[in-house]
Amino acid sequence: MLRGSLPGDASHRAWRVRDGADEAGGYRARVAAISTQNLAREFEGGIVAVGGVDLEVAEGEIYGFLGPNGAGKTTTVRMLTTLLAPTGGRAVVAGHDVAENPGAVRRKIGVALQEAALDPLMTGRELIHLQATLHGMPKARGHELGDALLHRVGLAQAADRRVGTYSGGMRRRLDLAAALVPEPSVLFLDEPTTGLDPVSRQSIWEEVTKLNDEGTTVFLTTQYLEEADQLADRVGIITDGRMVAEGTPAKLKSQVGKPHLEISLAGQDGTSADCDEVLARFGTLLPAKDGLALVELEGGAADVGPVVRALDEAGLAVASLELVEPTLDDVFVAETGRHLEGGDKPAEPEAVEA
Amino acid sequence: MAELAANARVVVALGARSIRQTARRPQLAAPLLVFPTVLLAIRTGGAGRAVDLPGFPEVESFLAFMLAGAMVQSVLLAGNSGAIALAIDIEMGFTDRLFAAPISRFGVVLGRLSGTAVLGAFAAVWFLAIGFLFGVTIQEGIVGVVWIVLLVAASALAFGGIAASIALYSGKASVVQGLFPLMFVILFLSTAFFPANLMLEPAGSVAEYNPLSFIVEGIREPIIGEFELGDQLKAVAAVVGIGALGLALSAWSMRARARRGS
Repeated sequence: MLRGSLPGDASHRAWRVRDGADEAGGYRARVAAISTQNLAREFEGGIVAVGGVDLEVAEGEIYGFLGPNGAGKTTTVRMLTTLLAPTGGRAVVAGHDVAENPGAVRRKIGVALQEAALDPLMTGRELIHLQATLHGMPKARGHELGDALLHRVGLAQAADRRVGTYSGGMRRRLDLAAALVPEPSVLFLDEPTTGLDPVSRQSIWEEVTKLNDEGTTVFLTTQYLEEADQLADRVGIITDGRMVAEGTPAKLKSQVGKPHLEISLAGQDGTSADCDEVLARFGTLLPAKDGLALVELEGGAADVGPVVRALDEAGLAVASLELVEPTLDDVFVAETGRHLEGGDKPAEPEAVEA
Repeated sequence: MAELAANARVVVALGARSIRQTARRPQLAAPLLVFPTVLLAIRTGGAGRAVDLPGFPEVESFLAFMLAGAMVQSVLLAGNSGAIALAIDIEMGFTDRLFAAPISRFGVVLGRLSGTAVLGAFAAVWFLAIGFLFGVTIQEGIVGVVWIVLLVAASALAFGGIAASIALYSGKASVVQGLFPLMFVILFLSTAFFPANLMLEPAGSVAEYNPLSFIVEGIREPIIGEFELGDQLKAVAAVVGIGALGLALSAWSMRARARRGS
């Protein structure tokens, strides 16, 4: 059993006392659902897909593994789910070493891989029942659980249709249901919403949150910043096979800067000396962009009102303004100097029409 | 014991999936029955007088002689189709779903091959039915029929193992599809469609020692004559040898695949 200390940014909710717990002052052993030390995978030709990753995911946590295409996310997941042997380091999942005891790991995990690997010729029900057989369930139990899971993900009506007729969202939900068949303590979701429309994405998010509330640890890879931001208790950012940042989304974002205000002045394109003079009182001026004046607010969102009043007192009419919070993309840029692919969707701005 | 039973259930479930998949994907089902039946009809109709050639075995009809060849052709193609389906599973990531489950990886391959064996048995029944329909009498009666079905099913499993190993190694359906011409070469250089003693050299010698010929003769014997222990042992040895080679190559391919990581 692994023992570790509470991470520095311990806002996540689920480091649990498992054994040896002693409320009266003894030691507390905290159990990690996933733990890796210097986990690495090198492919033929010397290609290093994962170059030494250290992770610790607590039981009951949603851990967002964020990175651009080719960063090493899927290779890491494949190692953690025993589909790929590491060439270096060590990984323990649900209490078992992935290299030494892969069978025990497989009994405790659920896996929904990228692109929802489903047989289009099977029906949803056949797939779920097959999954139950693969996990050694007696037929009656497998059928009972399978039908309950199909109902849970909203596919009861479509259960006897071939998967080839399913929409992308339905396939993902079926994949999720299949991953839940073994009633896993750790659930791996590899880019579960890639390519989905917003409604389907929201439905997957709700299901993931529900599962987590029920106690399932979720390891989620994604290239969507919004997804990591919305779902994850903690986020690890990987690029070129190496971790570049880790922490709660809030903490990571707070490390890269303060929110900035984007202001459009009525009857004026861009900024002006008067405007700059007013804005400089509230923080650091940023270069104007697309006809907007930009200022990083020292006082954060609380400064929005005073800024509007100060501009008004200076005779400058505000046409519109937006408060833009730092995003995980800003974190990524700060760490790597590059933007995340697919991470071009900014955090929802707080827009105020003047 | 419980683990063995669980693995057996997995093999049966994956075999059933394999059969359903073949039934639902016409391009997998066609090679199993349609091509060999058409070829059987063409060759029987076009070369039926071959039975009059000096040195041709004593047979009731040319169709009776050809049935074993059609069955072996069918199981070769069934093995190849099964391997194509396996490669498609690898391409679309379905095997990852199977390999992420707490079952033996070999059970996954065995499940696929068990489906191929059942399809092989079905092919045997199909061609025996065609034989009955056109007046062929199975000389060894019901025992002969049962033996033929078993031998054909076992051959399907054995040939399927070789094809599966290529699917596992390459992970590409197109590579497995490329085996079709090679299969026909091996088939025509056997006694599937013509007796070895009537072939020109070196084809005759190749056919005589081609393991496929041993299997063909093992299937043909109860149709056109009487069981001979020596011939049947050769057929069983050929099936076991090819099967063992197929399973060994499959295991090696799986290890190579795991090492490569793709």
